[in-house]
Amino acid sequence: MKTKKLSVPYLLWLAIFVVVPLVFVVYFAFQGKNGFSFENYVTAAKYLPTLGKSLVYALESTLVCLLLAYPTAYIFSRMRTDRQKTMLLLIMLPMWMNFLLRIYSLTIILEKNGLVNKIFGLFGLGPFNMMNTDGAVLLGMVYNFLPFMILPLYSVMSKINGRLLEASADLGASALTTLRRVVFPLSFPGIVTGIIMVFIPAASTFVISQRLGDGSMLIGDLIETFFIGAYTNFGVGSAISLVLMVLMLIFIGVLNLFDNEDVGDMLI
Amino acid sequence: MKKLFSALWVGLVFLFLYFPILVMVAFSFNSTTSKSVFTGFSLKWYAELFSDPKLMGALGNTLLVAVLSAIIATVIGTAAAIGIHSYPKRARNAVMNISNIPIINPEIVTGISLMLMFVMVSRWMGLPMGFWSVLLAHVTFNVPYVVLNVLPKLRQMNTHLYEAALDLGATPRRALLRVVLPEIMPGVASGFLMSLTYSMDDFVITRFTSGNFQTLPVLIYTMLKKPLPLSVNALSALLFLMVLSILIAINVISAKRYKKTQKELAK
Repeated sequence: MKTKKLSVPYLLWLAIFVVVPLVFVVYFAFQGKNGFSFENYVTAAKYLPTLGKSLVYALESTLVCLLLAYPTAYIFSRMRTDRQKTMLLLIMLPMWMNFLLRIYSLTIILEKNGLVNKIFGLFGLGPFNMMNTDGAVLLGMVYNFLPFMILPLYSVMSKINGRLLEASADLGASALTTLRRVVFPLSFPGIVTGIIMVFIPAASTFVISQRLGDGSMLIGDLIETFFIGAYTNFGVGSAISLVLMVLMLIFIGVLNLFDNEDVGDMLI
Repeated sequence: MKKLFSALWVGLVFLFLYFPILVMVAFSFNSTTSKSVFTGFSLKWYAELFSDPKLMGALGNTLLVAVLSAIIATVIGTAAAIGIHSYPKRARNAVMNISNIPIINPEIVTGISLMLMFVMVSRWMGLPMGFWSVLLAHVTFNVPYVVLNVLPKLRQMNTHLYEAALDLGATPRRALLRVVLPEIMPGVASGFLMSLTYSMDDFVITRFTSGNFQTLPVLIYTMLKKPLPLSVNALSALLFLMVLSILIAINVISAKRYKKTQKELAK
């Protein structure tokens, strides 16, 4: 077939808009005052605690998402087929609302005299100071990324044949054993994809901590300040971005050792 | 017991996902500026929204970029998928690995990498970042999704259809347009819709590549530094309604099509 030629425009596009920009990142990251140097990394090293904090947040929110999403996806996967579709639609619907507006909607209800405190007040509790706390940042991440965990989990669980579970029960396995020995191994690819899809945006997010947290920066906020604003420094910003990118690639690589599904195919 | 627990759990998850959004929508109808006490029904925030030139301008920019980038991405991506499909396996894997970079990479890294290049280009050419750089960036992150949507349809297609068309005397171009394209149309359409929504929704990459050009998410971000006016609630409500109706429309159409094919199969 002579159809191969049709991909030429895209190959050019990839070269110009994907490969070349990444070369620029590497170039700026290692560009000192007099040519090649590691001085940007010396500066960037000061921000290691910020990176650590971001990774901890990302890990926590991934874990919470997994705990919330696993039962949800399982329950969905055992429903009638037409109802499954509706549930899925309802999970996807909030994702179509802009991320900033979702953050904003959280700040409205978490405010000191916001609705959540009003509801607590009905029971004679509070008011609690919920805004500008670490908990609020975590909540913001879970709120934003939960659907990314539910969808891949559901997509593998819906393929688990119900007869397998019946067979497991008939052979004398308790519900817990069935979960551990049948459902869990079969849903493993979904867990891996879900972790990747939550952890990466959570680790590199910005805005969430600025709006919901105590004003301290996460790695995404830090990168932003090096590229936009009064104190731009493309070199240090690129150095940090490169570290972030390499860490995420290693993360994906390690997780994929457990599972060979193609990440790209799972995203749809 | 088990059923009750399931229903309760699912109910709580939906409450968590929808409560903030519904509160935001409800208070867009409030008659005062309060975001926690409902004082009466009014549409004044909607009136304010439509008379806000900044918000309306940004909305126009957002739609313009979304439609243009989705069209360009769909054309490039569909052609690319057809080409990549006929590659030998190793070449295909290599190209797909590069193609997936913008999907797998943290968005912020894609954003700053494009920004670095655009800043260099604008220095050489004296052309500040703006509409052009946003459009190029959006096409860049949209094409991979089109490719990923179209490739499975090509795999499902009978490979001999194209050859049969050629044997029957069709020119390659005609065979592609009249035989291959109709077969993969569902993938093309969903790739287009996905591009459209991703582009409308994108904030991170646009933030770094927009210069002074403002799309809606970028404008909302700059507004977030101060307490937002309730007209933003009104805007959110309208956007939510819009997406809801698009989703329902897609579902109704696909349900109708499903019934139709079922009927045809029954014959």
